[in-house]
Amino acid sequence: MEFGTEFWMFFVRWLHVLSGVMWIGILWYFNFVQTPTVPTIPEELRPAIPKHIMPVALLWFRWAALSTLVFGLILAWQNGYIGDALAIGLTNGNDQHAMIGIGMWFGIIMAFNVWFIIWPNQQKVIGLVEASDAEKPKAARAAGLASRVNTMLSIPMLYAMVSAQNIY
Amino acid sequence: MGNPLDTRTGTVILGLIITVIMVFVVAAIGGGA
Repeated sequence: MEFGTEFWMFFVRWLHVLSGVMWIGILWYFNFVQTPTVPTIPEELRPAIPKHIMPVALLWFRWAALSTLVFGLILAWQNGYIGDALAIGLTNGNDQHAMIGIGMWFGIIMAFNVWFIIWPNQQKVIGLVEASDAEKPKAARAAGLASRVNTMLSIPMLYAMVSAQNIY
Repeated sequence: MGNPLDTRTGTVILGLIITVIMVFVVAAIGGGA
């Protein structure tokens, strides 16, 4: 094995997938496990979630989102299709570039949601940022909806990423 | 009818619908090749 261009392309892809599993794993934990389970937790135990679990989960979550995005963009640049992919293949009619490009845009929207909607609102919900009692439910709703939008987008995003790599 | 994003099932179904639409959009861009 040589540590040439091919190796470094693979290595960045590995870092991209590693970060992505961390990100989407925590996203799915929030949406498929934590949020639906909270109402069944006895009242006196519930504060453990915002006080102990959420700050740590959100730390790994948001930085994994950013590193997935950064490694993904480096990977697209290494492959020489970053421009055609971001133009969803309309520049060259290439359906592989169209597919990876749609996946990239879904990923970009999702990372934006993490950093600019979910994180600022969750900071209010878990008390890292001052918020009135009237503000907190609104912040929770905004963060929750953005999180659900990301869960919804993760399905076509992963189809796009994996199919562009394998069947186009 | 409530917001489908309020349930796990609704969220997954919407994700699958977007996936199918995406496949057709890509086929149109690539001329079905």
